[in-house]
Amino acid sequence: MFSLLTEQLSLWVIPIILLLVPIVGYFRRVKVYEAFVEGASEGFYTAIRIMPFLVAMMVAINIFRLSGAMDVSIDALKPILELCGVPAELVPLAIMRPLSGTGALGITTEILNTHGPDSMLGRIASTVLGSTDTTFYILTVYFGAIGITKPRYSVFVGLLGDLIGFVGSIYICTKLFN
Amino acid sequence: MINLIWLFLMAAGIFYAGWQGRIEVVTQGAISAAEGAVGLSFKLIGVMCLWLGIMKIAELAGIIRFFSRMLSPLICFLFPSIPKNHPAMGAIIMVLSANMLGLGNAVTPLGIKAMQELQSINKEKEKASDAMCTLLALCTAGFTLVPATIIAIRSAAGSINPTEIVGATLIVSLGATISVIIADRLCRMYYQIRVRR
Repeated sequence: MFSLLTEQLSLWVIPIILLLVPIVGYFRRVKVYEAFVEGASEGFYTAIRIMPFLVAMMVAINIFRLSGAMDVSIDALKPILELCGVPAELVPLAIMRPLSGTGALGITTEILNTHGPDSMLGRIASTVLGSTDTTFYILTVYFGAIGITKPRYSVFVGLLGDLIGFVGSIYICTKLFN
Repeated sequence: MINLIWLFLMAAGIFYAGWQGRIEVVTQGAISAAEGAVGLSFKLIGVMCLWLGIMKIAELAGIIRFFSRMLSPLICFLFPSIPKNHPAMGAIIMVLSANMLGLGNAVTPLGIKAMQELQSINKEKEKASDAMCTLLALCTAGFTLVPATIIAIRSAAGSINPTEIVGATLIVSLGATISVIIADRLCRMYYQIRVRR
């Protein structure tokens, strides 16, 4: 029941927004078509401005991944994290989550397929994915679009959020699903 | 910090690949990632145009002003540096609600829009302002009511109850959001003290 509801909700939200905003606009005497085009014309330049930032970040992350350096760091972190009660299977997800959204999605899908979505590992991995975000992507794109090159402490705060989300997921899932 | 992380990712990858005798993956990886980044920016153009267009209608229709008036106490608390009734408020409310509703590709355009509004009241254009850091912290904490993607991959993997994790994600992301707000405040205070010295 709840599953069906959330599924329908996520299907309907965007169409409803796309319908309601122009209707309300029309009745408030906005020239809806002209306004849309005016707003949309900014889209191109903004996306282009992000490009150099995305290239810089994605090249570094890709070299780190493909060279195998990432796997080495994961192996190095495993014993430390296992001491803190983190299951070894989840360590790759912890490293990947802030770096690459598609990468983290891939790892989670793999965990779900090998251990089963209703296993403890599957539940924790799903919760991690649902309660954290791709910090470096957001940082690159949001700050890139406005030309910010000095992010100050926001990198630290963003990564701290990911860490809390990861540790919190393990803690809450073991409490909730036992 | 970002310079150090970037350098670490590059240097660690290149040294390790060289040591393992697989230096060719560096060149391939760099070029394919650079091309991929351009592809991603081009993909962004479409959704950027779509959502910025809808935002413009919402702005002219007064929808955004309505919401920002309703939620202004909350925004004033989170972003004390934004002047009252500044358009940045409405933009911030839009990106946070899109985040909460899990609107996926709508979040990025709205987030950029909010950042642009904040940039207009930023004194040093290359340096992130306090408000920008707070907004980024809130966005990276990723508070979502309905994590649609996860529910989808869980049911694709054959889960009996794909949505059972929604309660857990709510608790965890709420906790992470609150911690991030606190951490952001502490960092801001620390920086202010350091600047004064």
